[in-house]
Amino acid sequence: MNKSIPKRPFMKEWHVTGFTVFLLLFIAVVLSAQATQVGQDFSMEQFADLWIKMANPDWSYLPRVLTPLAQTVQMAIVGTLIGGIAAIPFAFLAASNIVRNAFVRGIIRFVMNLIRSIPQMLLAALFVAVVGIGTLSGVLALAVFSFGMMFKLLYEAIETVDQGPIEAMRAAGGKRSQVIVFAVIPQVLNQYLSFFLYTLEINVRASAVLGYLGAGGIGLYLNTTLDTFRYDQTSVVILAILVVIVLVDALSNKLREALS
Amino acid sequence: MLDKKGNIELKDVSKVYPNGVVGLKDVNLTIGHGEFVMIVGLSGSGKSTLLRAINRLHDVTEGAILIDGQDITKASGDKLHKIRRSAAMIFQNYNLVKTSSVYRNVMSGRVGYYPAWQAAFGLFKKEDQEMAAANLARVNLLDKYYVKARDLSGGQQQRVGIARALMQEPSVILADEPVSGLDPKTTKVVMNDLKKLNEEDGMTIILNVHSIGLALKYASRIVGLKEGQIIYDKPIAEVDKRDFKEIYREAGDDHATATDEAEED
Repeated sequence: MNKSIPKRPFMKEWHVTGFTVFLLLFIAVVLSAQATQVGQDFSMEQFADLWIKMANPDWSYLPRVLTPLAQTVQMAIVGTLIGGIAAIPFAFLAASNIVRNAFVRGIIRFVMNLIRSIPQMLLAALFVAVVGIGTLSGVLALAVFSFGMMFKLLYEAIETVDQGPIEAMRAAGGKRSQVIVFAVIPQVLNQYLSFFLYTLEINVRASAVLGYLGAGGIGLYLNTTLDTFRYDQTSVVILAILVVIVLVDALSNKLREALS
Repeated sequence: MLDKKGNIELKDVSKVYPNGVVGLKDVNLTIGHGEFVMIVGLSGSGKSTLLRAINRLHDVTEGAILIDGQDITKASGDKLHKIRRSAAMIFQNYNLVKTSSVYRNVMSGRVGYYPAWQAAFGLFKKEDQEMAAANLARVNLLDKYYVKARDLSGGQQQRVGIARALMQEPSVILADEPVSGLDPKTTKVVMNDLKKLNEEDGMTIILNVHSIGLALKYASRIVGLKEGQIIYDKPIAEVDKRDFKEIYREAGDDHATATDEAEED
């Protein structure tokens, strides 16, 4: 049994493909950095100043950010709720095991894909332009974003349910609405709630910066404190956002664990 | 159920799948009230297709299927729902909603008696709720009323499936390999439940099996299927054990058919 290991071909022996790809990527990074002038002048002093100020938060500023902070979370909840509920009928219409007509499904999926392709920040900017500065535009932006996201998650969940109960309900003489209520909804309900919490997490994060565009919430304070070079206050805002996001994430994770 | 319901008549039924596979070929079969018919045959012989065609989970290509005189192959809408209601189905994989309670699973067998949205909100009539409890008691699972289906054993799930089927107040029960996934002891419990429905309630039962022993023990009539055609059909009194060898040996010679079952699903 004297078998020698077969020799690797030259290309693989020296990892030619890997090295070439790496080299090309490296060149691409350098070229794009030059083109976009990433290496602009950088003042170490200013940076140090920012850090020092931020390291000494102005805690007296905290009470003033509490209301907008709460508003941020409220915006996220309302936006997620509106979008999440609006997504339900469309998700059912787009699921191939509910709607047999491929044309209807195709149209809905196409439109929803368009909606989902708009970045959240762009949505916020659009709504600020349309309905004006304030929380309404923030809520609308979050609602549209949640709508697209919940739609996709939900219709995929619907398509992957166990077909057995659906068959059983049809065999029992169930009408389509009854098949949905008895065989599909119980199977996706927990997943739906889990998606809802996940979307809410993302929305709380997004909602924190929406104010930057004038769409309400704590982002506005981030903007003002930065503009007035009150970095000590900025750090209070950032820390407050951080705490809220960590809390929401933790709560959401706990609830989602309980659901699964 | 005293009114001699549960008569099934298949006339020249053929089924060709879109990919050209022949599921059923010129099947003529008349099953009367109170019969306990076991359909035997290899995988892919068309047993499952036959059963599913009877309550139209599969459409047939040709022929007519009459359930108590009504042709299910041409029915639609409300009429189709009503015919389906009279022929309850029991599945190999139980097909329960695993995240729902036993009660809700059983109750869901009753939806055929409700208008579209009433049942959706759980607005079941009191007598129907009592009926659910009674049916669960019949399969000895009343104590599992609030338990989620996924927390039951396979045999228990299948018996919930039977209780659900009973909610339809069917005259026919179609059972697609109901005991394939069960151990011998549970198999006996489930088969005895079905036997009781046949004898005490006079329900017509049509059942697919792999097990010859079960067929001999419970059936009142045995039908053999091969390549979508009926090749054997005798009342139990005339059945000879050697006949089975014939059914399976003939089919066994042709290995190509054994792979057809994948097409059925």
